[in-house]
Amino acid sequence: MIKTLMGCIREYKKPSILTPIYVSVEVIVECIIPFFIAKLINHIEDGSETRLVLLYGAALIGLAFISLFFGALAGSTCATASSGFAKNIRHDLFYKVQEFSFANIDRFSTSSLVTRLTTDVTNVQMAYMMVIRIAVRAPFMMIFSAIMAFAMCPQLSTVYIIILPFLAFALFFIVKKAMPLFNSVFKKYDKLNNSIQENVKGMRVVKSFVREEYEKQKFGKAADDVCADFTKAEKIVALNMPIMQLAMYIAMVVVSFLGARLIISTGGSVMGVGDLSSLFTYGMQILSSLMMLSMIFVMISISDASMRRICEVLKEESTIKNPENPVMEVTDGSIDFNGVSFKYHENAEKNALEDIELHIKSGETIGVLGGTGSSKSTLIQLISRLYDTSVGSVYVGGINVKDYDIEVLRDAVSVVLQKNVLFSGTIKENLRWGDKDASDEELVRVCKLAQADEFINSFPDKYDTFIEQGGTNVSGGQKQRLCIARALLKKPKILILDDSTSAVDTKTDALIRSAFASEIPDTTKIIIAQRISSVQDADRIIIMNDGKIDAIGTHEELLAGNDIYREVYYSQNRAGEE
Amino acid sequence: MPGPRGIRGGAKAKNAKATILRLIKYLFKYYKVYLTIVAICILFSAFSGTVSSLFLNKIVLLISEGLDKGYDAIYADLLGVIMTMIGLYVIGIASSFIYTRLMAIITQGFLNKMRQNMFGGMQSLPIKYFDTHTHGDIMSYYTNDIDTLRQLISQSIPQLFTSALTILALVCYMLYLSVWMTLLVFVGVVAMALVTKKVGGNSAKYFVKQQKSIGVVEGYIEEMMNGQKVVKVFCHEEESKKDFDKINEQLYSDAQKANKYANILMPIMGNIGHIMYVLIAFIGGLLILLNVPNISFSGQVISVAIVVPFLNMTRQFTMSISQVSQQINSVVMAMAGTERIFELMDEEPEPDNGYVTLVNAKIDENGNITETNERTGVWAWKHPHSDGTLTYTKLAGDVRLFDVDFGYVPDKIVLHNIDIYAEPGQKIAFVGATGAGKTTITNLINRFYDIADGKIRYDGININKIKKADLRRSLGIVLQDVNLFTGTVMENIRYGRLDATDEECIAAAKLANAHSFIKMLPEGYNTVLSGDGSGLSQGQRQLISIARAAVADPPVMILDEATSSIDTRTEAIVQKGMDRLMQGRTVFVIAHRLSTVQNSDVIMVLDHGRIIERGSHQKLIAEKGVYYQLYTGAFEME
Repeated sequence: MIKTLMGCIREYKKPSILTPIYVSVEVIVECIIPFFIAKLINHIEDGSETRLVLLYGAALIGLAFISLFFGALAGSTCATASSGFAKNIRHDLFYKVQEFSFANIDRFSTSSLVTRLTTDVTNVQMAYMMVIRIAVRAPFMMIFSAIMAFAMCPQLSTVYIIILPFLAFALFFIVKKAMPLFNSVFKKYDKLNNSIQENVKGMRVVKSFVREEYEKQKFGKAADDVCADFTKAEKIVALNMPIMQLAMYIAMVVVSFLGARLIISTGGSVMGVGDLSSLFTYGMQILSSLMMLSMIFVMISISDASMRRICEVLKEESTIKNPENPVMEVTDGSIDFNGVSFKYHENAEKNALEDIELHIKSGETIGVLGGTGSSKSTLIQLISRLYDTSVGSVYVGGINVKDYDIEVLRDAVSVVLQKNVLFSGTIKENLRWGDKDASDEELVRVCKLAQADEFINSFPDKYDTFIEQGGTNVSGGQKQRLCIARALLKKPKILILDDSTSAVDTKTDALIRSAFASEIPDTTKIIIAQRISSVQDADRIIIMNDGKIDAIGTHEELLAGNDIYREVYYSQNRAGEE
Repeated sequence: MPGPRGIRGGAKAKNAKATILRLIKYLFKYYKVYLTIVAICILFSAFSGTVSSLFLNKIVLLISEGLDKGYDAIYADLLGVIMTMIGLYVIGIASSFIYTRLMAIITQGFLNKMRQNMFGGMQSLPIKYFDTHTHGDIMSYYTNDIDTLRQLISQSIPQLFTSALTILALVCYMLYLSVWMTLLVFVGVVAMALVTKKVGGNSAKYFVKQQKSIGVVEGYIEEMMNGQKVVKVFCHEEESKKDFDKINEQLYSDAQKANKYANILMPIMGNIGHIMYVLIAFIGGLLILLNVPNISFSGQVISVAIVVPFLNMTRQFTMSISQVSQQINSVVMAMAGTERIFELMDEEPEPDNGYVTLVNAKIDENGNITETNERTGVWAWKHPHSDGTLTYTKLAGDVRLFDVDFGYVPDKIVLHNIDIYAEPGQKIAFVGATGAGKTTITNLINRFYDIADGKIRYDGININKIKKADLRRSLGIVLQDVNLFTGTVMENIRYGRLDATDEECIAAAKLANAHSFIKMLPEGYNTVLSGDGSGLSQGQRQLISIARAAVADPPVMILDEATSSIDTRTEAIVQKGMDRLMQGRTVFVIAHRLSTVQNSDVIMVLDHGRIIERGSHQKLIAEKGVYYQLYTGAFEME
């Protein structure tokens, strides 16, 4: 896991390495300063010459500036390294997701991908900053302070060494007790927030049933529960401060008492008064470094889950890869399914598609009909290799889809997805997803085909109208027609509409179909629909039921010989014949 | 809405002073005693933390004395000083122990209270609020803003208080020991303040920029992840990578600067501390050497006994100041967050001036209605009049709209001259394009919104006089977007009427045609639904919501596109449940598929907020008007 993430450091290796180096220089200098101060004070105490005092003073100010310089450098490189690291992780994640196949996307939900790219990256960035700066600083500080303290007065410094393991144990104990509590309460906290979200989403239901008080009580109970658990965990963490103080105060009392005796009994020869003050400083640095370490430990364990989630994405292999020596041209729009079965998960019990034998000639118009869950969409998604078959193979233009260059294949097979989206940007920009070099005339042409030109021209900004994120400022029918136009711009050999005219009125729907018939007669067209009228005049209609092809035939044939088709036909036309 | 989160996150509080005062007021309202104890404990804790410098002064004096007269001569005094130290330290530790624990209780308890206040307040807000704010924005109050508040209360406030007391105590000790040296420390402090302002200001500036970039990046990520399948279909990967790189680079540059200034602040503060430390030692030494007369409250002459504790105090002083400077960013963010929380709490609740209530009733053979406490299945409107008399009207489900106008914003009327007469048991259908005003009419009947002009009468009573809760209790609703809540299937059905027995809920499920599939679920009625019933199909979820409405058993039902997102074959099953639900009730139906509204008593065709045709199916078909065109598919419905 660490190795995968380390791969994201790349060009920020230099600041990542420089930061700990700068930090260690800063720490060493910082540890030397009290030593010199002790000397300075001792000299003052002795009443020695002014020259020496001046010398020490100048040296000390010099040291402070060195420490400042390196500290600032470290701060700056650390910011570069951690922000850069985060940038690279985001970059790698985003690029990785771009390579994902549909199967990969299904495996991670959209919202989980968003979290991984945002919150998780921020957590890792914080942890990284901690690691390269503070995680180096704390142990260095501890070691150097200890060394300096011993150099100054080994007898008294032993006191710190004795206290250290006790403090370490206490801090460890706190972390160990508090961590699992926090982990469980954070889960509860997430649930609480989910229930708020549920409430906000369902506010119309809440208000309609007059359940405001009920919701308040329900929420109050859950919130009290979370509060109690949080308080319990926080109380344990609250022990940190008194324990630190205890350790520090014990050290101070003992060092003061023994120090006074030592100085007096040796007549100031082992150590002077100045040393006493510096010893306190070292003591404080040693003990508080320990505290830092425990904090870093907590930070890293918090980010551990984030790191894991990021690595899951980074390590995910795209299930669909370009073949070696791919075929770069699709010759015609014929489609063949040869004994195809498909399931979404390897260990799914049931096949989503079972034993499909289907042969479509180039230029045919095919309708597909069937209830929800009959795998209509699954069927057509195999054609442009959005998923790979589990058994059997799909041929387009007489060549196995797995042998094509993916981009070539998908340019030739244009799919208008059922759950389609427009992106924030102008209509022109959205349309040019189909062909980024398309001329304005070309755009108008496809929009006329898709019966979209008229309403686009009714907008004040026409083709430059800005589409909001998710296409919220156009109606459902308009959105669908824009999506069809976008797909047409590819000039595909095969055009697939997956329930793409459901919100378009029947008249316009018919106009679109007749435009297809006259303007792009050579393109193979596959139309999935709920409305009989959308498929009724297709060359052939496929009836899907429960992952299998129930029947194939023309409208007349099916009306005569297929129960499902008849049932749907009469349920939709019953009224019309009254 | 691209990236509202980021922009909100970076905004500064408009009125920080009022916000903090109000926050403190709230804190004291709930935790007066605890907070007082905390304040006293922090005082003790800060005192014991700083007082060591004074003892250092004493000990150094004793050591100098001891060096002259021998250890035994000062032993008793030394022991005395040490013992006092221990005593004070014990108090200090005990204080810390108490106040940190109390702060844990206060922080979490206060957040809990705020959360519940926010949630409670939110329940009373009008639907308009939820229609005009995105879910993400509302959620952000509970997550981001509460988080900044937690930071403020648990860390920033105690830290600032401790630092302030520490600094105050230190100034006293310093003045006690030497005025000259104190002035020296002040010079350093001014330097530190200037640096904090400069560097900290830069840091805050870039933090705001960083928040904005985060908003942009997150918005982009969200949009792309949602449209990822479309990206694949169009082989648009390279373009979106390119766009992403651009904004990612911008975020990097802002984050780098923001963090740089924040990171640099600490070593700068620390080392100004060091330089001051050196200057104190150096100038202190000079003062001793030159025998400069001291001015102090203790009357001591300048000696090592003063310089040594001053060194310690300088260290504590600078540490306190740098701790304050580190809290600045979180205080600024917390102020903005807290202000937003208060804004949510200050939102105007849904007004309700209704006084007509719904009560259980008994009707005797003469038709006299009397109020009763038991559940009789018969309801009546209890109508108190200004002259002190009470009248009872039987709840029948007669809804009439007279010449109603309405606009979501006052100057943009979207419904014009709407007249509807729905008699008890009638089925009224609304048909028309999206935006024609179908849903808006139902929003007026249950008073999610209030009419601009005209009258609405429910069983002959002006609905403005009816208490909203009672009005809504008498109206059932099934919407296109089904919202289920985390909990068992049984609990979800019981949502319609909380005191319904299991048998009643099951009976409602049977009525709604939901019983058979519920029995097939792994735990039957006890199956826990989560994530808005994500394990169920759209049709199954709709059936549960119909059962939920059925158990409430209201005389009037509103069905808003209840079957629109279900395919034709599943709809047939749902429709049976709906038909049974509609029996004997006044029903308002909005439907996408005209086949579902054909058997209505009256069909209203709406266009741009006006009723343009009304009548039965046969009548409208015969008229060959807009309905006829819609019916034959010549008009777009969506």
